[in-house]
Formats: sequence, C-alpha cells, structure tokens
Amino acid sequence: MKQVQFSLSRWMEGSGPDIDIVISSRVRAARNIAGHTFPCLAAADETAAVFNKVNSALGGKPGLASFTFWPMNKLSDLEKQSLVEKHLISLFLARESNNGALLLREDEALGVMINEEDHLRIQSILPGLQLEEAWSETDRLDDIIEEELEYAFDQKYGYLTACPTNIGTGIRASVMLHLPALIMNRQIGRIIGTLPQVGLTVRGLYGEGTEVIGNIVQVSNQVTLGQSEEEIISNLHSVVRQVIEQEQNARQALLDKERASLADKAWRALGLLRYAQVMSSREAIQLISDLRLGYDLGLIKTVDHKLLNELLVLIRPGCLQLLAKRELNDRERNLERPVQIKEALDRHRTKVDKGT
Amino acid sequence: MLCQECRRAEANIHIVKQVNGKQTEINLCEQCARKKEELDFTFEPQFSLHKLFTSMLNQGLIGAREEKEAAALQCPTCKLTFAQFGQIGRLGCGSCVGAFEERLKPLLRRIHAGSTHTGKVPARARIRVRRLRELDKLKEELQQKVQKEEFEDAALLRDQIRDMEQEMSTESKGEKE
Repeated sequence: MKQVQFSLSRWMEGSGPDIDIVISSRVRAARNIAGHTFPCLAAADETAAVFNKVNSALGGKPGLASFTFWPMNKLSDLEKQSLVEKHLISLFLARESNNGALLLREDEALGVMINEEDHLRIQSILPGLQLEEAWSETDRLDDIIEEELEYAFDQKYGYLTACPTNIGTGIRASVMLHLPALIMNRQIGRIIGTLPQVGLTVRGLYGEGTEVIGNIVQVSNQVTLGQSEEEIISNLHSVVRQVIEQEQNARQALLDKERASLADKAWRALGLLRYAQVMSSREAIQLISDLRLGYDLGLIKTVDHKLLNELLVLIRPGCLQLLAKRELNDRERNLERPVQIKEALDRHRTKVDKGT
Repeated sequence: MLCQECRRAEANIHIVKQVNGKQTEINLCEQCARKKEELDFTFEPQFSLHKLFTSMLNQGLIGAREEKEAAALQCPTCKLTFAQFGQIGRLGCGSCVGAFEERLKPLLRRIHAGSTHTGKVPARARIRVRRLRELDKLKEELQQKVQKEEFEDAALLRDQIRDMEQEMSTESKGEKE
C-alpha cells in the first residue's frame, strides 16, 4: 500500500490570477448513485457496496489513469489529517465516514470523496482566482464518472443530495482570500454582513464553524437550486472581484500611511520564522500572514507564494508530524514546527541562490 | 411517564446530560433511545444546522395535529420519517424529496433562489428520456400489429417491450418518485 507523502498540491504552487489576494479557488459537486441509500442512513454493507461499485467502475478507466484510490481505512490518522489540512478531504470523511475513500489525481488539483455525506463529492482546487477553470475540471470528471454510474437525479429538483442545502446543482464554489488590510481597518465586518444578502457565506480557514485566523476567509455560494452552475460561479466571481478591489484599496492606503511599520512587521515575521525555537501554529499562521502581506506589497522579496503556501500547510499538526516522520504531542510539535519552517526557508534560499 | 420522542411508549430510559454546567434530562422509551443514540453520534457536528432546520420546518405548522401528521410522513424506499429528517437534517435516499415534497418546499424556498433546477442535466437522464420515447414507439407498433392480427410479430414486440421495461426499472430503482 502506498503511503501519503507530504507533497505540494497544485493550489499551493502559487501562480494564478489575483494570487496576491486569492490563495485558491475550489468547486465541488455533490452526487449520489441512483438506487442506493445515502451514506448517513446506509448500513455498512450498503456503503461497502457503493465503495466497490465506484472502485470497479472507475478503477480501470483510461481517463482516470493519473488517479490514485485511497481507502480511508488503509490510512493512518496522521495521513488523513494531512489531507484535511491540504483541503483535499473533509474532516467528516477522515473521521466519521463508513467505507470512505478518496480518488485523487497526481497533481492533487482534482479528486473525488467517496461515501462522504453524499456518495460522491467531486472537487477541484486551483491556485488564484480560477473558479471557471475549477468548475470545468469538476464538470469534466463528473461526465466521465457518469458514463459508468447512474446518478440520483430529478427533473424538477436536479441532483438529489443528503442535505437540502445542496440540492439542485449540488455545487459549492469557494475562494480562499487573504484580507489583512480589510481586517486591519475593520471594514471586513461590513463586507461579511452584506455577503449573505447576495446568497454567499463567509467562513474561516477550515470551513464551517472555524474562526478567522491568519487573515484568511473562505467565501462560498449558499444557493444551489434555481441557479445554473454558470450563474452561481459568475455571481461569486463578480462579488469576489469587488472584495479584491476593496482589499487592494485598503492595502494602498495602508502602504501610503504605514510603509515603514509594515516592512518592519514583515521582516520581523521572517526573523521569527527563521530563528524562533518554540512556536504554536496560531503564532505561525499570523506570522505567515504578515510575511505574505509584506511580499505582496513589494516590501520583502526573499520569499514567494509557493513558499508561503507550503509554510501555511506544513505548520499544521498532521503535516508537521508526517514531515517529522513520528507522532508528536502538543509540546513536541511546538518544538518541531520551527525546525520544519527553517528547513523550508533554507530549501527555498538554496533554490533562489542557484537561480532556479 | 411517556417517551418524549414518540409519546406512545413508556419512558424507561432517562438520560441526564451535563453541558457547560447546565443539566438537562431526556426521558425516552428503549426504541427511541437506541435510535437517538445512533443519530446523535453520527451527526453531532452539524447540530446547530439541524436546529435551524427544525425551526424552519415547523414554520407554518399551526396545530399539533398537523405537526404530528407531518412527522409521521415516511419515505417508502429508505423508511426515513419526516420527524427523523427534522432531527438529522439529512435526507436518506433519492426518493425522500418526492415523499416529503410538500413539507420541503418552504424550506427550499428559504435557502435557495428558486424551486426548480435550471443547471446541468446528466447525460443518462437524457438517455432515459430517449428510451422512454423509444418504448412509446414500440407500444404503438404493438397496437398496430395486434390490430392487423400479425400475432407473431406482436409477440416479439411484446417481449422486447417487457425486457426494456424491466431493464429500466432495475436501473432506476429507488430513484423515481
């Protein structure tokens, strides 16, 4: 059995439209297989039947040659956690699913969760603002899967899902935004307040119920019935464009007024990341945000988005332990974190020095 | 004391929960307790969402009698009752929407932009529509053959129709209605 390694997903590679504000774009489609009870109500033999059906239908398909099938019960808790931290699977799939699995493309930009809340959750994650591209990846894989499996679909209500909030198109499009300036000048509250009025929701870095840390928020569509996929995506896209513009204005105003102190903050962040000996993930996330802002404002040039994204993920408990190749408790993680951060910074510096 | 879930059987299981120093007592019959335990375990993380559902679902249900009637609605395929749906906030299979349609409508109106799907249609659904049309054509032909008393051809057509119908009903089992 192959093991999950710490690798960079495509969204972490850090090049794409509006990458200075939009970290990643994601589109997922919820699908169920006709004639099978949904996972939440299904007995173990039924989820197993779905698992086998999907595995045998998609296993040998030529269009899916670059995909790997990862059954959840064959993965360690650490491996699963690292996949959650890279946003490739949900916490629900990792912890609570029966006969859950992940079908993941080599570049980690496209995958399918099996036996999550719905039988299938097809999702694409790309760097920067690329919602249309992410939808077309998801759409294409959806077509390939549908050649083999018949979906639960209703003429009136569209794709049938376990939760009524997903019924219709079954799609959830979301973007991960870095909004330090709007959070600093406190305009973020007003924006968060208006988004629900246009059918969008705002959440923290790790989804529903998580707090905003590292100045990162997720914005996604709420509506799935009564709008087409294209409408949902273009609605989100145009609202995100406005948020980007506001963040840019706020950054410019900040830069005009506080240039020296912003540069100082970014350089201090880099200093701490490089030389601190004990560090919590909360502190690290904040420092990475300060460093990212400094880089995006042109105040510091020794880092790049790829490195910043790598840091953002490797400081998380699962990835950290996977990199350290051993299990660590809280205290040990706070000691290991600076070691791994320093190694990543050094790897980056070597690459820069070599001019690659 | 009656079970506070089903209000029918005698409550012989008393659960005392202590959350943040606040104590709540739940009195259930054995059957409901078993059900509840399973469901609570699986769906704990989305609890607030379910609460929202329940409150939204009960909107417009005036009398207790009406509420009881709605709660007793059951999906013929997966056997999920509407009351259970209110608790877990999740539908059980592709037939649930049809079974609970009238009750779901207000909820769907609240969360969504419309009440009809206008997006992507799976290719298979298109294929099924085409096959249904084919089937209609065969049935028409059968009628004609019978009228012309060409019984051998008619028998062949009848078998063909039966096979096709069987095939389609096994494929779409659990999805329709």
